[in-house]
Amino acid sequence: MKSVCLFFQVHQPFRHRRYRFFDIGNDHYYYDDYTNETIMRKVAEKSYLPTNKLLLKLADKLEGKFKVSFSITGLALEQFDLYAPEVTDSFKDLSKTGCVEFLSETYSHSLSSLKDKDIFKKQVKLHDEQISGLFGHKPRVFRNTEMIYSDEIGAQIAEMGYQGMLTEGAKHILGWKSPNFMYVNAINPRLKVLMRNFKLSDDISFRFSNKDWSEFPLTAEKFVGWLESLDKKEEVVNIFLSYESFGERQPKESGIFEFFENLAEKIIESPGLKFATPSEVIDELQPVSAVSVPHAISWADEERDLTAWLGNSMQKEAFDKLYDLRNRMEKCSSEELKKDWNYLQVSDHFYYMSTKYYSHGARSGQFNPFDTPYEAFINYMNVLSDFKIRLNSLVPENEIENEISALHKIIDEKDKKIKKIEADLQRLRKGKKRKS
Amino acid sequence: MKVLMFGWEFPPHISGGLGTACYGLTKGLTELKNIDVIFVVPKAFGDEDQTGMQLIGANSVALNQREVQFDDVQKKIDYLEVDSQIVPYVSEDEFWKLKSGKYSKETKFVQTGEGYKIDFSGSYGPDLFQEIKNYAFISEIIAQKNTFDIIHAHDWLAYPAGMAAKRASGKPLIIHVHATEFDRSGGNVNPGVYAIEREGMEMADKIIAVSNLTRNIIIEKYHISPEKITTVYNAVEPVGKTRRPIIKKGVNEKVVTFLGRITMQKGPEYFIEAANLILKKMNNVRFVMAGSGDMMDRMINHVAELGITDKFHFTGFLQGDDVFQMFEMTDVFVMPSISEPFGIVPLEAMQSGVPVIISNQSGVAEILENAMKIDFWDTHAMADSIYGLLNYPSLAEHFKMEGKQEVNNLKWISSAENVKEVYESALNSVTQI
Repeated sequence: MKSVCLFFQVHQPFRHRRYRFFDIGNDHYYYDDYTNETIMRKVAEKSYLPTNKLLLKLADKLEGKFKVSFSITGLALEQFDLYAPEVTDSFKDLSKTGCVEFLSETYSHSLSSLKDKDIFKKQVKLHDEQISGLFGHKPRVFRNTEMIYSDEIGAQIAEMGYQGMLTEGAKHILGWKSPNFMYVNAINPRLKVLMRNFKLSDDISFRFSNKDWSEFPLTAEKFVGWLESLDKKEEVVNIFLSYESFGERQPKESGIFEFFENLAEKIIESPGLKFATPSEVIDELQPVSAVSVPHAISWADEERDLTAWLGNSMQKEAFDKLYDLRNRMEKCSSEELKKDWNYLQVSDHFYYMSTKYYSHGARSGQFNPFDTPYEAFINYMNVLSDFKIRLNSLVPENEIENEISALHKIIDEKDKKIKKIEADLQRLRKGKKRKS
Repeated sequence: MKVLMFGWEFPPHISGGLGTACYGLTKGLTELKNIDVIFVVPKAFGDEDQTGMQLIGANSVALNQREVQFDDVQKKIDYLEVDSQIVPYVSEDEFWKLKSGKYSKETKFVQTGEGYKIDFSGSYGPDLFQEIKNYAFISEIIAQKNTFDIIHAHDWLAYPAGMAAKRASGKPLIIHVHATEFDRSGGNVNPGVYAIEREGMEMADKIIAVSNLTRNIIIEKYHISPEKITTVYNAVEPVGKTRRPIIKKGVNEKVVTFLGRITMQKGPEYFIEAANLILKKMNNVRFVMAGSGDMMDRMINHVAELGITDKFHFTGFLQGDDVFQMFEMTDVFVMPSISEPFGIVPLEAMQSGVPVIISNQSGVAEILENAMKIDFWDTHAMADSIYGLLNYPSLAEHFKMEGKQEVNNLKWISSAENVKEVYESALNSVTQI
């Protein structure tokens, strides 16, 4: 029996407002509340809420046979609280059905896995705490920002105690091999790797309403037919999508909701198919081989690499300048700064600076608040400059000051010790007196 | 295919964007197969022999014909000079320079645009429109004397000549719009100039506009049917090798440059506004306004009022190597034009590896990718872009590399190919009728 593993990414960044250089040092509020609220309300109403409602209905109707998994970023959850609290509630309702698995990821949907192990760990821990607080279970399976994966990242995830990880079934990695099996990490074979079937995933998320597509219109019968006609030995079909594909990228009028409802029913009716969550897949299947990914991959673009976020020199400069602050952030206890620090790390900021598509005019997919990558870069760097000034006032850059505070600590400790020893001495002397 | 082309000026006497563009385009055309060009200009300016010349009358046509050989192209073009007392004059820069002497009283300086009327520095003689008529009359004779397939006229002074040649020969007429009266005057249009432009556009078989911006003006303000107008973008000549040794920047500070005529159309006050904003935040930067024009005095006053004269410099009019010298010292080039049909200067800056900021109200913004684009009135965005380029090294680095590469791919021969297509479609539609 083949498993169909559904996974949806839910993420919204905190977009920055136009932050001019004369704001640096004067105004410490970086966010475009209006845009953030508008987008969140729109996506919630068009996509998150109706799709959650549909999933709830399916979970109920199909009596526990219907399974899905999500990763909801910390920033998305924060924005639900601010602008659309009913979305959190409907996810809670979904989690109660037992049909839903919530996966681990970085709190900020950040690129920290590419920079620093400690920051990465912190980001993941923060997210897991939030998820278990909301939905009552600690995630077992990890999904990195934009499906970014490499042997090294996988090994670290295994070390952090996760049993599985999702990534892209990139052609240049798999070659002749099929994504429809379970693989393991090349360094640590205890970590199972699920590879996305990009053909079938993109059929739903990108091509569904495309009238020029040779398979248009896509029906549930047709899609199930494809699933059934896959090689008998293949074990799992990983359909990983952006959650906005439902109702937002593929509008309600395209019939995407009806399609999905039918699809779920047809899969359960089919004798050779069933639904499974990533954890179930990991428990049930035997891995076929290790998959070797020496250079990081992602689910973006034709190249399936990192160039959408770290492709040009501006992106690299911004990325490096941001994480240059990481050691000082460790020492920072200001909640406000920590919050901004989380928001600054969002991969979307780096995506806006990409020059890859700018030359072709239209940028596909994500909403981009900037007209050009250059504006995006300048804006981000202005914000970062202000952030740096604030951090400086709390955690001084100066090494000497740090050393002095460390020495003070040592002196304090020694003082305590001396007092304790003096007390001991007094006690011993008294004892002697009594004897004599 | 033989083209009879009417322009204003030709190398070595180039005074502004139009002359550069005509030269580049003609050179591009001669590089194509099967295209020959006869280039007609009013009397070449800079020629001091004009002193004492007779006025051109209906029965005294003096024509000089000579051949011009391009350095790197095998073909020759025929180059005709019409002895006329018009000094073809495009830019105020040139005007200011010419005013400084050399010319006799009889030479007339023609100024359109600022001031919204036509000025003469000479005190007598037939008026400008009479001169244009004369130029047109001579064109008629040229048209009768030469054989050619198509007529191509650049900007309004040459339109009547083009029209006359069409009437005399019946060959199709292409009007090439490098600028309209609306761009030159900032809205306060001279009706006489407008009438000539409109008549030319109406009579033309095809119109070439230097940008979609200009194309839209032709559609909206001159009421010409859109199908008749094709946009062909300008290009830029590769940088020549003969240059003076580079003078090192004398200050260890960043330099931000405005280079162009200091007139209303170029938006110099917005540059000063942005400079003022930046100087409140940064100290190690200087601003340079290179060029001259009728707003220069006002701009100097404005800079003085703001109290930033220690960091804001005026160079006066720059030409030739001085321009490249200026670019060598420049860290950011800004063109805040309010209305710019094309705008070739940012391309020259990019050739020198200077990051550029251009206004969305310039035609060149339609093709350039590796440039910061802002609205001319948005001085905050302008200041922010300048600040970003000065402070975040990877941004400037990106523009230096990518910008240079992009501009090196803008070749006149490809513009010429587009122009050739327009010729062919004009010839085809004529034969169909």
